[in-house]
Amino acid sequence: MMDIIHFGDVYIKASASVVGQKEAEGPISDSFDHLIADEYFGKDTFEKAETEMCRLCINTLLSKAAVSPCDIDVMLAGDLVDQCIATSYAAKHFGVPFLGLYGACSTSAEGLLTAACMIGGRKVRNAVCFASSHFCTAERQYRFPLEYGCQRPPTAQNTVTGCGAFLLTDEKSDIAITEGIIGRISDNGVTDQNNMGAAMATAAFDTIRRYALSKDIRDIDLIATGDLGAEGFGLCSELLKREGIKLNDRLTDCGLMIYDREKQDVHAGGSGCGCMASVAAGKLIKMLEKREINSLMLVGTGALLNTGSVLQGESIPSIAHAVVLKKV
Amino acid sequence: MNKKDYVNLAEARMARSPCLKNCIMAFVFGGGICCIGQALTDVYEMLGVPQDICSSLTSVTLIFISGLLTGTGVFDKIARVAGAGTLVPITGFANAVASPAVDSKAEGFVMGVGAKMFIIAGPVIVYGTAASVLYGIIYYLVGII
Repeated sequence: MMDIIHFGDVYIKASASVVGQKEAEGPISDSFDHLIADEYFGKDTFEKAETEMCRLCINTLLSKAAVSPCDIDVMLAGDLVDQCIATSYAAKHFGVPFLGLYGACSTSAEGLLTAACMIGGRKVRNAVCFASSHFCTAERQYRFPLEYGCQRPPTAQNTVTGCGAFLLTDEKSDIAITEGIIGRISDNGVTDQNNMGAAMATAAFDTIRRYALSKDIRDIDLIATGDLGAEGFGLCSELLKREGIKLNDRLTDCGLMIYDREKQDVHAGGSGCGCMASVAAGKLIKMLEKREINSLMLVGTGALLNTGSVLQGESIPSIAHAVVLKKV
Repeated sequence: MNKKDYVNLAEARMARSPCLKNCIMAFVFGGGICCIGQALTDVYEMLGVPQDICSSLTSVTLIFISGLLTGTGVFDKIARVAGAGTLVPITGFANAVASPAVDSKAEGFVMGVGAKMFIIAGPVIVYGTAASVLYGIIYYLVGII
């Protein structure tokens, strides 16, 4: 089994992020490109709002990189709305060859990994990767109507309203994607959809462990999991400790970074495709650019359940894909 | 680590709901709603409404208030604190019908509002009706004996 894929000449030329009001009230709000208070993004449904958020994010990315859609070879994206319609509708505005991805909340890492393989394999010269989630579309689809009055358990997470996009190229720039790991499905027996952090923790652990078995993980300055939240992050740290992999404060989680859990009503933290996408495209890329860190491993975590599988009592299959970014 | 050990580890570490606080909030809000209901009944009685109609009118008023608060986006914010306090009285049932109706209007009045209105309240109606039939049969049999 191949554990680590090595890439040559794959660079991140630009990144862009758009988030909603709750994320704008969080501790890393100054790292995002756009903070949009209107949860409808000027549209009449939440699904159209998510599409608009993606469109805004891609437009921001293209203008930051000073390229036009006709210069883009391929676009890879996904979201949480049934059959990934938010990203599909967003992509139709650009007329670029498009590959839809579904990796639940691991989609941003899956996109980066797939695009890096395509560019590294010299099949395309560049690629736009983006992933999005919207609190209102996810809540409607996976849980209850938005106005339904209920209490959520403290293990539940808050879906991030956010989109993050990256432009990957084979032209040299400041940040390179050097390695990647394709995740394995992990099914640890957790059936509680209100504790997806616990369901995903073993997948993140497996991917980090596979890296550590092949290479010295101490060379990575920061390892950021996608959306394990407080529950999953604690469990993943515990599993790594038991395995003898000491990461200490080099392990973090985008779902814990995006909100202030003390002040904001988000329970165990953030989740959704937009969680890692926006945090990585915003805060984490800026940390690399400013040389606060020189290497970063993004471990995108996804809980691959659907509403039917949960009702049928199935446990939640999870996955974690990783990419390693280095400051050149 | 096998699945059973992992699930046990996850459950042992899991953050718990603040049970005592939730119970107190449910008691205060649920009791408060019942007090409002009693006050409404008293007001209707004072206005000279026959007593049997007063209770129906009280339920209708509480359902209306719940529907209004659901539509204006206030109900879920109260329920987040009140928990079972707003869920158990008739207010919870009204919200369970009104919230999917509000939520599904983008999908149209037939396949959206009409089809999804009872998605939460449906099971309550089905099993409530079934339980009342069972109760009726038992009541009848006890009467014969």
